[in-house]
Order: sequence, then C-alpha cells, then structure tokens
Amino acid sequence: MANRIPRVPVREQDPKVRATNFEEVCFGYNQEEALLEASRCLNCRNPRCVTACPVGLQIPRFIAQVAAGDIAAAAAVIAEDSSLPAVCGRVCPQETQCEGSCILGVKGEPVAIGKLERFVADYSRDLEPAKKEIVTNGRKVAVIGSGPAGLACASDLAKWGYDVTIFEALHKAGGVLEYGIPEFRLPKERVLRHEINAVRALGVKIETNVIVGRTITIDELMDREGFEAVFIGTGAGLPKFMNIPGENLCGVFSANEFLTRNNLMKAWREDYLTPIHAGAKVCVVGGGNVAMDAARTALRLGAEVHIVYRRTEAELPARREEVHHAIQEGIIFDMLTNPVEVLGDERGWVKALKCIRMELGEPDESGRRSPIPIPGSEFEIPTETVIMALGTSPNPLISKTTKGLDITRRGCLVADEQGATTRPGVFAGGDAVTGAATVILAMGAGRTAAKAIDAYLKAK
Amino acid sequence: MYQILSKEMLTPTICRMDVKAPRVAVSAQPGQFLIVRPDEQGERIPLTISDFDPERGSVTIVTQQIGASTADINACEVGECFSDVVGPLGLPSEFVEMSPGKLAGMRYIFIAGGVGTAPVYPQAKWLHSRGVPVDVIIGAKTKDLLIYKEEMAAVCDNLFICTDDGSEGFHGMVTALLEKLVVQDGRKYTQAVAIGPMIMMKFTTLTAKKLGLPIIVSLNTLMVDGTGMCGACRVSVGGKTRFACVEGPEFDGYLVDFDEAMRRQGQYKAEEAAANEKHVCKIGRGK
Repeated sequence: MANRIPRVPVREQDPKVRATNFEEVCFGYNQEEALLEASRCLNCRNPRCVTACPVGLQIPRFIAQVAAGDIAAAAAVIAEDSSLPAVCGRVCPQETQCEGSCILGVKGEPVAIGKLERFVADYSRDLEPAKKEIVTNGRKVAVIGSGPAGLACASDLAKWGYDVTIFEALHKAGGVLEYGIPEFRLPKERVLRHEINAVRALGVKIETNVIVGRTITIDELMDREGFEAVFIGTGAGLPKFMNIPGENLCGVFSANEFLTRNNLMKAWREDYLTPIHAGAKVCVVGGGNVAMDAARTALRLGAEVHIVYRRTEAELPARREEVHHAIQEGIIFDMLTNPVEVLGDERGWVKALKCIRMELGEPDESGRRSPIPIPGSEFEIPTETVIMALGTSPNPLISKTTKGLDITRRGCLVADEQGATTRPGVFAGGDAVTGAATVILAMGAGRTAAKAIDAYLKAK
Repeated sequence: MYQILSKEMLTPTICRMDVKAPRVAVSAQPGQFLIVRPDEQGERIPLTISDFDPERGSVTIVTQQIGASTADINACEVGECFSDVVGPLGLPSEFVEMSPGKLAGMRYIFIAGGVGTAPVYPQAKWLHSRGVPVDVIIGAKTKDLLIYKEEMAAVCDNLFICTDDGSEGFHGMVTALLEKLVVQDGRKYTQAVAIGPMIMMKFTTLTAKKLGLPIIVSLNTLMVDGTGMCGACRVSVGGKTRFACVEGPEFDGYLVDFDEAMRRQGQYKAEEAAANEKHVCKIGRGK
C-alpha cells in the first residue's frame, strides 16, 4: 500500500554550515523524491487538506499530476488558486492546515504537501508560462500594499479583466515577504521576485514609493485617479514594545527594524550600505515566526542568541519547522522567562536583560496556558542587544486619513466576511483586518475580497 | 526614477537639488520630510523638504555630506536619477492646521542651525505669505557655512545672522542671540521653532524655557522605512515613547528627552565608521 512508504525526508544545509550563511536552509525535493512522496497521497474522496487550506488549493489534484510526472499540469492546477506557490510551499504553517488535516497523519506522517507545492513551483519556474488570453474590461481597481493579501487580490482581479494598480509604500514589492522573512527561508531574487513578476505578467501594475494616507489618499485615488474600488491590504506593520523600563536604550530594537535592515536593506551583504547591529550576544523576546527569524538572523551575523519566551516550547506560536531549525542551529531557548527591565550602562547601551521566572497557570481565551510570574525569581541575562518580537498591529495611516473607515478597539479595519469595509467601494483583508496572522490567511482574504469587488463593480 | 533637475553646492559639503517627484510635490506641506534611496545598494535617508513645486512636479532637498550615503546623494549630477524618493512623511507643522483666528495672534521666531536652515524656509514662506509675523535666526560655525540667507530674507520680516566665530553677524551661538532679541531688544514672540543639530535644539529649548517661550523642535532621528514600521526613530516625549516618523517630526521642545535622543542617534556610529573607511562612492563615475 502506498501509505507504507515513509514520508520522504527533505535535504537541508548542514546546521553548522548554514548558521554562518544566508543561503536557503532547505534544498527541497528533486523530481525523484517528489514523485515518491506524491505517491503517498491517498487521493481522498473528501480531501480534508483542501478544506483546511485558506485558499482552497486543489491539493490531491496537483499531487496526482506530480505522481504522474506531469509537473507543468500540477503547476496549472496550483495556479488556479494561488499566485505564490513557491512562497507558500516555504512559509505556510502546513502542520496546522493542509498537513495537519491529512488522513495519513492520524497514524503516521502526513503527506509533505508544502514540500510538494514548493517542488512544483520551483521546477516550473523555468518553464514557459502557459499564456492565457485576458479580456480586459478597462475598469480601474487600486490595491494598497503588495504583500500576500494585495498580490492575491490583484491577481484574481487581473485574471477577470480589471485594470489593477498596486500601490506599495516601500521601494520594493512584496510586503512582509520582502522586509520580514529572511533570505534563508525565502530567497528574494530567485523565488519571490519571480512570483511577483508572474503577477505583473497578468497585467497588474505595481507603483512603489506611494504611501497611501500621505503621498495620496483613498479619496484622491477614487475621485481624482478614477479607481472604482479599492482593496486595502496594508498588513500589520507597527511593532509592539513591552513598555518596560529601559526599552529606549541603545541596542534595543524591534524585530521589524532588525529584519527590515537585514532583508529589505540587505545589511547582511558587504556591498549594501545600511548598517545593522547584533553584537556578541543577543536576546530575542517572543516566540513566534518573527522571533525565530530575528534570532536566526542574529546568529548568522555572528552572535550568541537566546530566545526569551514566557511560556514553554509547547506553546511557541512559530512554525514547528522553524523552531526545529533554530534549535539545530544552536539558538538557546530560555523558556518560562519574561523580561521586566532592560538594564543599561553609563553610555546608555544595553548591558543586561532583567527577567522573572514564570510558571504556567490556567488556559487563557486563546487556549494556551497563561504564564504567571514567580515572585522573587528575578535574575539578569547579560546581553549586548535586545530584539523585541512581540507581534505587530495595523498601521493607522489609512484609517486616520480616510473618512468613513471604521476601526476596532485594536486598530484593525472593520470588514465583513467578504472584505467590505464600512465605506462603499473600499474593501480590506489580511493582517490589516485580522491583526498579525499568516501569509496564506492574508492570501485567502485577498481572494475573497476580489470576488466581492467583482460583484460590487458588476452591480454598480 | 526620480531625476535630478538642478544641483548647486551651497557650501563645500551642503548640496541643494531639485528632484522630479510629482506625487510628493503635490502633497508636501511645511514640516514634512521625505526619504531618498540614491541607488540599489544605498540606505534610505530621511531628508527635509526645503521647497516643493506641484506644477513642475519637483521637490527641493538640501543634503549635508556626513557619511557614505549622503556623499552618494551629493555626488549625483543633473540628469541622473535617484532609485527612490518617497514622501511626504511625518505630520505637517502645527500652523498648517491652525484656525485663521489663532494664526492671526501668532508671532514666530525660527532658530535655524546649519543644514537645518533648509527646512525652516518652507515654514517661514508659508507663514509670511499669509501675513503672519516671522523672524528668523540663522546660525553657523563660520560665515562660509551660512546657507539660505537671501532666500530666507525674502520670506521673513527680520533675518538675524550669527556665527560662532563672529565672521558674520552676531558673534555667538543662536541661544545667545535669541536671548538678546527677547531680553535686550524687547522683541515679542508667541512661538519659537528650532531646527538644527540635536545639541543646538536642546540648548535652544533650555533658553526658550528660560524666556517663557513655547518652542517646537524638529527631530532628525534614525529611520529606516519612515512609515512607523521599524521604531528606530522612537523618542521619549513627556515620558511617553513616540515615533518621530509618523507622530513627528515636530514635538514640543519642553517635553523631549534630548539626551536619550542624541544617544539613540549615534547607535550605528561604529558600523558607519567602518563603512566609511571601505566605501568608494560609485555614483556619478564612469557614466
């Protein structure tokens, strides 16, 4: 029986070697490995993996094509639902979505759906893309933000004939995929650029260096530039701090600053001018993917790195693979530890992180057991740098400068399930609506909003 | 691409350029800034907007060469392009949103230090064109480093010059001149605005406080994106952490923790010194 074959392991760079470079950690499957892994799929009649995928990728259908050796056909199946397969294959939390629902996972290991998706995307990158004739309708839609939500929304609208322009605040398209996720997890030129260019090939225009809310407002886009509908996919870009004493000392950075310097500005490369400071020892506060990315980046810049997290390994919200990779690479995990103060020297630089030990109490509303400080257990971790990776919230620039756009108490845009905001013609989705979540959820929201925009404009 | 339309060296290290950036030119207001990335390898450098022409679609920037990246900007020639110009960033000056009634009661004194003179110009111009009384102090180490004298004279009621070495105008710092104007000459102001090096803004604030004069300062903090994403620009204002890029750059001088701001400004000094040693400016060569 097919499921007797164990899950095909994926080749990776040696942890000792990769801890010193920014090359991609995972090599991915070759065709032989992919075919073998694809043969494990049971092709369920009611595929739970598809239901568990936020964009509803036709997983058994594309895997069947891989198993049959027709990779181009597999790519075509994926392209129906996703414009970023090489990205998703690398950064999706498969263990809680498609692979987490795979029937093979009940008794053994689930099909490596993410790795197969990545293989198909990587393999077909050099193939001539199948040209589909798009009949344009000339109606203009503006998409704000070129991250996962914006790219997914723009792709669908362009396929249906709309004249789509994406406005991006930074100088490069990609949003968090560009500034947030490091090269060793998502290669920028080889993988990301290619998928963004594929979106451009659908006819989508991308205008960088436009900060909607400052450079131009939504009202101006609609009244002056003739956009009939707007999709806001501006993500959650504002860093959170702990509001503890000493947080403005030199050497305390938000993970956003640290990662933006490294990824968008390529500070890790000798030939780029933007500086970055890691030092000999770094404490990263937090336990999500961003914390893992910041920690593993600091490690590659030569630092000894500690992850300081107030719960235990079981509660780490990061992708399991990232935690596994971080441990392999030598990141030190200080669990059940919560910072209470950053201590500085006479020059105003960090010298230590004062923490308190925690224990786990009752589960909170998120279902995770909430940490409680143990009185009198304060201690100091000597460190040169502290990186705060505590999550992010949506940027208020657009909601503050657009009339009729309601936000929640937490600063998220109010939108219904289809993505319609409180302002007619303006739609939103992704982290800007939900608060910080995942690439694939943002893509799903972008696609849902695209459908709603299409319906809105057809009825108009 | 953002083409350089004109270029003029105001001093051996301070350069003025008009740059094509139509979207920025249309939206810019006094008090705001922009970010230039000269080329693919360059940093994103926050610069003040010293003028804007919506019809021509151009903005005027004034850049002092202090490191590798600012050297790259100043090495660009007319006809060449910057990779990126983004803005306007930050909030406009307070007076832009002021009611006509309130504005009519205002009397401004601007204290401009060094390259900080450039961003004072659009503010003085805006107020002067609306009939609001505006005096301006321009200070520099020595006479050769004074910029914008003629331009400023045209957009203010009284222009006062001072140099540290006494080579032109009042002999002494801007703080001494400000005190003289108010105490000795009996000039009355309702609002001071200081723009210049952090240390100068700190001491000007102390002087203004002594004189009982409210003062606004424009903070040139470190920044990466300029949109509130990175927090490199955070400053303590009235004991609260604020982001200079989106909540500033202008703040009530009385409330700013200048010592912390100065320390934070120097955070990458070691890295920058190392980069300067290695850096060979590649812009404008062999083109």
